[in-house]
Amino acid sequence: MHMAQSFRMKPPMGEDNGWWWQQADAGRLTIQRCQDCGTLRHPPRPMCGECHSLRWDHITASGQGIIESFTVLHHPQFPGFEYPLIIILVQLEEGTRFTSQLVNCAPEEVRFGMHVTMIMHEDPDGFRLPMFEPAQGAAA
Amino acid sequence: MSHFLKDKAAIAGIGLTEFSKKSGVSELSLAAQATLAACEDAGLPPSEIDGFVSFTLDSTDEIELARTVGASDLKLFTKVNYGGGAAVGTILHAVMAVATGVADNVICYRAMNGRSGQRMGQGISGQIVSSDLVHWSWYMPYGMLTPGSWIAMIANKYMHHFGVTAEDLGRVAISQRNYAQSNPRSFFYGKPLTMEEYLASKMIAEPLRLYDFCQETDGGCAVLVTSSERARDLKQKPAIIRGVAQASTRGQEQMTSYYREELDSLPEMELAAQLVYAQSGLGPHDIDAACLYDAFTSEVIMQLESFGFCGRGEGKDMVRDGALNIDGRLPNNTHGGLLSEAYIHGMNNIAEGARLVRGTSSSQPEGVEHVLVSSGVGVPTGALILGRD
Repeated sequence: MHMAQSFRMKPPMGEDNGWWWQQADAGRLTIQRCQDCGTLRHPPRPMCGECHSLRWDHITASGQGIIESFTVLHHPQFPGFEYPLIIILVQLEEGTRFTSQLVNCAPEEVRFGMHVTMIMHEDPDGFRLPMFEPAQGAAA
Repeated sequence: MSHFLKDKAAIAGIGLTEFSKKSGVSELSLAAQATLAACEDAGLPPSEIDGFVSFTLDSTDEIELARTVGASDLKLFTKVNYGGGAAVGTILHAVMAVATGVADNVICYRAMNGRSGQRMGQGISGQIVSSDLVHWSWYMPYGMLTPGSWIAMIANKYMHHFGVTAEDLGRVAISQRNYAQSNPRSFFYGKPLTMEEYLASKMIAEPLRLYDFCQETDGGCAVLVTSSERARDLKQKPAIIRGVAQASTRGQEQMTSYYREELDSLPEMELAAQLVYAQSGLGPHDIDAACLYDAFTSEVIMQLESFGFCGRGEGKDMVRDGALNIDGRLPNNTHGGLLSEAYIHGMNNIAEGARLVRGTSSSQPEGVEHVLVSSGVGVPTGALILGRD
């Protein structure tokens, strides 16, 4: 792969989301959890919408899920990305959803309900972000 | 009219966070804490807040705050311009909403890390973190950089669930392209579209092809609103506003409401429908023509269901029956719409709504009494019903 060093738009690292990317950098896909009522939430937010608690921690997701929806992007093509680019909405087995990229799968093979497994992708500049691949036996 | 707002509304709760030189939390967190404090002061749960008003300078969007405090349906969301000059303006917007019944309980807020974050006069530092930028950052790093990529996720699920085909999307595109043939303002004037051309057009973001996308246009559109009495004395036949509403629902995001239960319907548009029908005393059977927001063809089909013109999953059947054509049940975007006339962010669809009520559309259907116009799909939105005087 011939990638530019820093083509990928990096997230702004604020109080509400920076910790999540630090966990990804450490190899973990995490889900924010309310410390008072236990509700899981993604994307992360500073207050629990159920009980209004400001106290939260996180759990590490198993990385297993199924494809709830997807799109295959063809145009426009941005530098650094490989097309067709498969974007998936994963229903994680913990119950929250996560938007990500599907790799190691031909675009015509992606299906609703396909079982997928998280792999931690690392860019040449060291930036890490969770992606998914078909779970063993899931691809046709 | 000048005394209409007098004594109609009151401040029932106030809420503050701790004040410091370094809060150590996000501006969204400050806004949420202040909102919760105001609700507690008033003895009103955040779930009963149905309006949020802030400053254009505020980094916390209304829907981010709504999600964070667990608010439900929103009927008012707006921001007032011009720095500190917005302060009392937020109250004015809230009072207008409450006095007119548009919203019941409105939070006016401003939350800022004014010392540790972006300081006044600092300009663009490149280090700004706002709830809006954090929102988009869950998608941008993966290459989801365009509206088509965001909406395709919803369109694909909807089409999969209800058996909507590429040809169904094509029928929407062709119907509006046909209207464009009698509207010289249209980009596609003189360029009709066949199903073969539609199906052969470039795939952009599966399942959406080139001709499922609206235009990109340089242009402007303005609409003048005055009292019905005054309008009757002016040059044109008035398009009376029978109902108008803003709507946002639980779990609402900008373009990426992927985390709520429903992926194959538009809850915010269903709320807009409910509000605008209740306000006007009208129902789907009273609507003779429409300008359903059409940044993408799939959105038109989904809205037929949101506004009750058919049941869930039946939008495709209406389209197959030719409902959107000039002799159909609901002539739609008779100017060509955002797909074929121009993309002025829906304001040109409102203009066409007024033309339809005046009887001056370039594709004027017979006997139009009421026209429905909707705002953007996949975002906090709104609906408008215009009627003949």
